[in-house]
Amino acid sequence: MYETTYHRASSVDEAVSLLGKAEDGKFLAGGMTLIATMKQRLAAPSDLVDLRHIDAMKGISVNGRSVRIGAGTCHYDVASSAELRAVCPALCDLASHIGDPHVRHMGTIGGSVANNDPAADYPSAVLALNMTVITNKREIAADDFFKGLFETALEEDEIITAFSFEAPEKAAYAKFANPASRYAMAGVFVAKNGGDVRVAVTGAGSDGVFRHAGMEQALASHWSADAVAGIHVDAEDMLSDLHGTSEYRAHLVKVMAKRAVAAAG
Amino acid sequence: MGVEGIGARVTRKEDKRFLTGKGRYVDDMVVPGMKFAAFVRSPHAHAKIKSIDLSAAKDMPGVIDVLEGKAMQEDGIGNLICGWMIHSKDGSPMNMGAWRPLAYDTVRYVGDAVAIVVADSQAEARDAAEAVVVDYEPLPHVTEALTALQDGQPQIHPEAKNNLIYDWEIGDQAATEAALATAAHITEIEITNNRLSPNPMEPRAALGIYDTAEDHYTCYTTSQNPHAARLVMSAFYNVAPENKLRVIAPDVGGGFGSKIYIYPEEITCLWASRKTGVPVKWNSDRTEAFLTDAHGRDHVSQVKMAFDANNRITALKVETTANFGAYMSLFSSAVPTYLYATLLSGQYNIPAIHAEVKAVYTNTVPVDAYRGAGRPEATYLLERTVETAARELGMSPAELRRINFIREFPHQTPVIMNYDTGDYEASLNAAMEAADWNGFEARRAEAASRGKKRGIGMSCYIEACGIAPSAAVGSLGAGVGLWESAEVRVNAVGTVEILTGSHSHGQGHETTFAQLVSERLGMPISNVNIVHGDTDKVQMGMGTYGSRSGAVGMSAIVKALDKVEAKAKKLAAHLLEADESDIVIEDGQVKVAGTDKALQWFELTLAAYTAHNLPEGMEPGLKEGAFYDPSNFTFPAGCYICEVEVDPETGVTDIVQFVAADDFGNIINPMIVEGQVHGGIAQGIGQAMLEGVHYDPDTGQLITASYMDYAMPRADVLPSFEVSHQNTPCPGNPLGLKGCGEAGAIGSPPAFMNAVTDAIGNNNLTMPATPQKVWEAVNRI
Ligand SMILES: Cc1cc2nc3c(=O)[nH]c(=O)nc-3n(C[C@H](O)[C@H](O)[C@H](O)COP(=O)(O)OP(=O)(O)OC[C@H]3O[C@@H](n4cnc5c(N)ncnc54)[C@H](O)[C@@H]3O)c2cc1C
Repeated sequence: MYETTYHRASSVDEAVSLLGKAEDGKFLAGGMTLIATMKQRLAAPSDLVDLRHIDAMKGISVNGRSVRIGAGTCHYDVASSAELRAVCPALCDLASHIGDPHVRHMGTIGGSVANNDPAADYPSAVLALNMTVITNKREIAADDFFKGLFETALEEDEIITAFSFEAPEKAAYAKFANPASRYAMAGVFVAKNGGDVRVAVTGAGSDGVFRHAGMEQALASHWSADAVAGIHVDAEDMLSDLHGTSEYRAHLVKVMAKRAVAAAG
Repeated sequence: MGVEGIGARVTRKEDKRFLTGKGRYVDDMVVPGMKFAAFVRSPHAHAKIKSIDLSAAKDMPGVIDVLEGKAMQEDGIGNLICGWMIHSKDGSPMNMGAWRPLAYDTVRYVGDAVAIVVADSQAEARDAAEAVVVDYEPLPHVTEALTALQDGQPQIHPEAKNNLIYDWEIGDQAATEAALATAAHITEIEITNNRLSPNPMEPRAALGIYDTAEDHYTCYTTSQNPHAARLVMSAFYNVAPENKLRVIAPDVGGGFGSKIYIYPEEITCLWASRKTGVPVKWNSDRTEAFLTDAHGRDHVSQVKMAFDANNRITALKVETTANFGAYMSLFSSAVPTYLYATLLSGQYNIPAIHAEVKAVYTNTVPVDAYRGAGRPEATYLLERTVETAARELGMSPAELRRINFIREFPHQTPVIMNYDTGDYEASLNAAMEAADWNGFEARRAEAASRGKKRGIGMSCYIEACGIAPSAAVGSLGAGVGLWESAEVRVNAVGTVEILTGSHSHGQGHETTFAQLVSERLGMPISNVNIVHGDTDKVQMGMGTYGSRSGAVGMSAIVKALDKVEAKAKKLAAHLLEADESDIVIEDGQVKVAGTDKALQWFELTLAAYTAHNLPEGMEPGLKEGAFYDPSNFTFPAGCYICEVEVDPETGVTDIVQFVAADDFGNIINPMIVEGQVHGGIAQGIGQAMLEGVHYDPDTGQLITASYMDYAMPRADVLPSFEVSHQNTPCPGNPLGLKGCGEAGAIGSPPAFMNAVTDAIGNNNLTMPATPQKVWEAVNRI
């Protein structure tokens, strides 16, 4: 790891001001991506501004079917929230399969979404649940947030503070894990709210997380696993690597979509 | 057997320190004035070094010195060597290129070391390593062995034309060809044995300490054989004469073969300590481990197996190409020859065998022995071939094996080995019964009703352990003898120290070796201490690999114990005024059989040390040493059965059952033996379904350089293993031991692959059988 200077912020404003003073600063949440990257000397921020001690960024509140999750909430807290499970168990299940117990106690939903790793799980939930990404500056609709591999709408000094969404009638996430990293190789999140169906795919797309319009239309007219079976997933749009060719990923997207719909009931 | 003697399931003495984080590994060693090293490594698979500029790095904060290979050569530090001479068929010696500890003219793989930085902290050393400016002229590279042999490919060492190190053969070619010509059936198959990274939990580390006052060197290193390290570093690398070099391998967190070899880093740390005057410690990080630890396997073979009209095997013809990487590692040459082709008879009576092996340089990290070393490659090849033959012949795989089993011992194979004993059918029967082989079709049908493809597969392995008779291996080209040594020191109060040349890095020697003493001298194992891993404390020894510490290491202890016991009895007879032949040692006492005359063990040992009343001519004290040279290899064997369910939609394989039935000869501690089998099977399944090293052929970069891309076996992909033993004691050593350290990794890959190919009905599948490959194979039918 290169030398860096650590700062602990106790409020969002303080964090922004600390970052503003830094030459090449970075926000630090759970560190499960950022610290690993720094240890491999692939990132060298001059300063780290730790967001973990900002209470306002933590916790889950559920009001009727309205859900708000603080960006600093760790995966374990999302996975084990009884309140959240009562309205949207799919999100709890997704969080419960991220990494291992250590990672789930350190890593945060905000860090994962800000990082927008093409194989990360949460971005699919953000898109499929049509979350609003709340930052210190504005509110960003899910459809406007993800901009390709590791790219988002966030500005340098913009902090995600929370996510909000309306819990859907039905939702489920099916993940095919990479045999080595256990990140998603094809993860499909499906959500249904009346006639509104959203299908978001992570791990597979060559441009990162995406919605699949064909599947959404098919499921909107007929909500069943069979409805997605006939839908074409274009291998051209898929990632290809050691673990899975684009053809295999395209196939897995369909299988995971079927399984997610079946699991959602 | 006593409660802690031979055969007892004693919990491991060493585990308390390991499980409470109190183990002491090389990286835990701290000595006054110690500084930290980082290596500058080649980012290219193959390049000429035009120049190296150290000046900027030397000016970095905390830097003590930056050293490069030219200076090392000027100081007379030698090339790394391969210690086993192999001759090609035409009689010419193997073509070994130079391996400099620090390359200065050419780098030959990504990770090849070029310079060392010594600094106050590890971080500063790494920062400065990045400031070393190496001007490379990239050269074309080649990472695949079959490609490297072709004309027009990059030439990696001038000594090895077309990158061919040797073209070796064994067996009777004419007889094999004749049998093939008249065969009723020939099974032909191409077998690929995937390249693996060993991944011990503890990465390699080295601490070099040069003592100016004494002109003496100490090397702490993660070694499976510290004495061999000292010998090689003295005799070949000219680091220091043996009497000026102490090598210590303290607690070592796993090796699997990869810590047998002497690597550039320990040599360089010792040399750098002398150059800088400070102790120099280097600790590999995980990516460095992927890049530089010797890899395993990496064979491609063409196989033909001939059968007569009664389905008896009449001949086996094998052509293997083995990827050696960029340099010849210490034992590399022996692995695809004498540790591999000599096992190609398997458990079968095969009248004629001929094998040809080509060893090839490529621009990849060196390849050497990895858990099983050659024997897994032989077993995988044979057992997939036999299974394929059974399918082609329409025969039950168990029956085809059964009718071809060797049943009389000793059995001389056509490929050197002389099997001493075994009962292959006993293990086959035990495994089939444990696996409920006959109930399989019902299970398959039930799985099909759930949309799953269920398959079953077996493998009958044999291996050669107890490595090895010194004269025999010497005649085959080994540069060393493969005996073992032991010293038994009985203290004045009767407690015992065993000094052994074996080295424990996970095997549990502190427990099993103590159990042997407990059995012989009737004392609790808490009274026995095992001393190993330090060349200043322990007499010359040969270390631990090839499942030799029981069959060879413990045999040396037995020999030394025999001498201790003889002297103790002589002294007791004198003190108790009895005949030596009437003296028995049991329950902590030395007794005259059939009388109530007895001495407590400690009374006798004290008498040996007070020396007030010794028999005429007896020397004081009670301490004996012995060297044991085995008369033959030992031949553990067994039958493994694996049952799987494949999800045809995703290609995911679920192992639903795994049965192991092994013959390890006598067993000292069944719990430890089962642990070795469990770990071995996990590693073998890792090879078969998950693991695989990948170099990008276009760039020569290692793609699988972290756990993000290199898939290890984890608990949740493995079933509970069902393990049993059908032991035939080994006649060749005093305890009747055969060895159990590698069997699991040898027997399991073909059992798994035979099960998966049975499930999907497609034999065209290579390891690792990843979901993607299985899915493709399902859909290729
Ligand atoms: C062993 C292991 C296994 C894993 N497995 C999985 C897996 O299966 N699936 C999966 O999805 N992920 C996985 N992860 C990643 C894990 O979920 C990370 O926690 C997550 O990607 C990043 O979250 P973090 O809180 O640790 O962020 P950090 O690593 O601290 O930060 C990541 C990036 O986000 C920025 N950032 C952090 N918080 C904010 C914020 N509130 N606003 C703006 N920017 C911010 C940081 O500046 C940084 O650039 C794994 C990680 C590890 C180490």
